[in-house]
Amino acid sequence: MVMSQTKDDFEAGLSKASTQVADFSRRRGPLERVQHGLHANPTLVPVMVLLFGIAVFGLIVGERFFNAFTLTLILQQVAIVGIVGVAQTLIVLTAGIDLSVGAIMVLSSVIMGQFAVTLGIPAPIALFCGLALGTICGIVNGVLVALVRLPPFIVTLGTWFVFEAANFIYTQNQTIRAQDVEAAAPLLQFLGRTFHVGGAVFTYAVVAMVGLVLLFFYILNHTAWGRHVYAIGDDLDAARLSGIRTTKMLISVYAVAGLICGFGGWALIGRLGSISPTSGYEANIQSITAVVIGGTSLFGGRGSVIGTLIGALIVGVFAMGLRIWGTDPQWTRLTVGALIILAVAADQWIRKASA
Amino acid sequence: MIRNTPVLTGRNLQKRYGRVVAMDNSDFDLYPREILAVIGDNGAGKSTLIRAMTGAVQPDAGEIRLDGQPTTLANPQAARDLGIETVYQNLALSPALSIADNMFLGREILRGGVAGWFRMLDKPAMRKQAREQLNTLGLMTIQSIDQAVETLSGGQRQGVAVARAAAFGSKVLMLDEPTAALGVKESRKVLDLILGVRERGLPIVLISHNMPHVFEIADRIHVHRLGKRLCVVDPKKVSMSDAVALMTGAVQPTPEMMAG
Ligand SMILES: Nc1ncnc2c1ncn2[C@@H]1O[C@H](COP(=O)(O)OP(=O)(O)OP(=O)(O)O)[C@@H](O)[C@H]1O
Ligand SMILES: [Mg+2]
Repeated sequence: MVMSQTKDDFEAGLSKASTQVADFSRRRGPLERVQHGLHANPTLVPVMVLLFGIAVFGLIVGERFFNAFTLTLILQQVAIVGIVGVAQTLIVLTAGIDLSVGAIMVLSSVIMGQFAVTLGIPAPIALFCGLALGTICGIVNGVLVALVRLPPFIVTLGTWFVFEAANFIYTQNQTIRAQDVEAAAPLLQFLGRTFHVGGAVFTYAVVAMVGLVLLFFYILNHTAWGRHVYAIGDDLDAARLSGIRTTKMLISVYAVAGLICGFGGWALIGRLGSISPTSGYEANIQSITAVVIGGTSLFGGRGSVIGTLIGALIVGVFAMGLRIWGTDPQWTRLTVGALIILAVAADQWIRKASA
Repeated sequence: MIRNTPVLTGRNLQKRYGRVVAMDNSDFDLYPREILAVIGDNGAGKSTLIRAMTGAVQPDAGEIRLDGQPTTLANPQAARDLGIETVYQNLALSPALSIADNMFLGREILRGGVAGWFRMLDKPAMRKQAREQLNTLGLMTIQSIDQAVETLSGGQRQGVAVARAAAFGSKVLMLDEPTAALGVKESRKVLDLILGVRERGLPIVLISHNMPHVFEIADRIHVHRLGKRLCVVDPKKVSMSDAVALMTGAVQPTPEMMAG
């Protein structure tokens, strides 16, 4: 018969086939090995840059930079960007981008303040309302991206203006003074309180930021929801065919990001003391900067929240180091700009390792 | 063979993409415990048919029945919930995720107790099961179950997708060219696996361009041409060259073949 003939022909040798496992460990050049190492561990580059930065400023500026107080001051300064950066990382992992994170954060802080101070609502309830509003803002973004299927850049560009304007309209551009917040709702300033460990000074916002980063590192790597965040950013169609409800999933990611931004609003009150509708808008660009320098790919599916924290710290270290050194603040911006481009170039190079 | 009620049927299925008619009043029948091969030229619409039968594509018109009951498959998850498991032609794997993550994507093994409420993963159990499943396919050339899928060769990826579908299928297994990228040895393993799945009592749909494979294991051959089912032939009564002639339009099917 034709068929059995064919089978015998080309599969006859199979019975004697080697059971030895194929070996892929072909020789790699040193550069290629670095590339593959980074592909497996993308946060390695930002960690090295951070250590390099601390070492360089420790050497050239010396004691004035390299002391517990200054180093922990950097942590305090990056706390808000770090918190909002977690939200931004979630969105970028889904291959999106969120320009409205700063606006959501400020709007949430304003709601907390207006409710607690102006309306006299108990502080915990006001806090909850602020967080709820942040979540709702996130859901609005998520629905527009996932259901209406508009590009995330456009959606969040639009909602950035909408949330910002709503904020000014609602508050009529009034700031709530720090002493009024302190009198009516000290809880709102809680994250700004400091405590000392030797020469090191921490705010509770720093603790919250580190806690949030660790929490989301765990969630992203050890829960089904976390793996699905990576899957939808990696290949949306494959995720859908694998049975992930991608629309629901995307909306939930934007909702969680909104909630985190609301939490950032609480930290913002702690940092400023007062509550101002004009504060904190640069958080969107700063958070994207931290995400990118932290090695998370703008194409989605690759990166980590730890990287974002490191990215924020890199910016903080360069800003602080250059300031103490006495350079023009523009050098900081120049350095950060160069780091962004380097980070994206590194990402492109690392991604080639898989091809 | 015994003609009991089909497990899965499609009637007058249609799908258009702009001016392209990918499915033109196509029918489909899958009987219990059979291996149904689907053959046809490139672009005949085989994948579209399978995607429609598994919720990945919504037909513009037509009816799908599962066990005789009219069914709408709103999304791939709906088909999976009914036990219909599919290896799509483009595999549908997430490149940056590990083999174990991919095998369990969308149906992760969760830890017991409180941890389970938070949908925490039982990673050791997932690794263990994934490894066992790949072992049955003889795919242990893979270095580590935690390796990202993008670091695998095309054939290894195909093996992962087949292992995933075979492990979870409980009603129907659909394979869209599962051996296209596989070596001789690995193809043989997949064919053995298909026969093993049939032993478990599941019917299997196998799309393939490999005629020797098709004629070796299929119980019936569905010939697809120009967006519809042209005929169904019995591999014991028809030669490979006849099947190819039907598929390419060189000859017309006899009325007996048209009956399905
Ligand atoms: N998403 C889509 N958008 C537009 N056209 C499509 C789409 N999917 C399929 N088609 C068209 O439908 C027709 C059938 O495609 P299909 O993939 O089902 O063929 P096939 O029989 O699986 O071919 P092959 O053997 O090459 O896999 C083709 O003409 C194709 O161009
Ligand atoms: Mg196809």
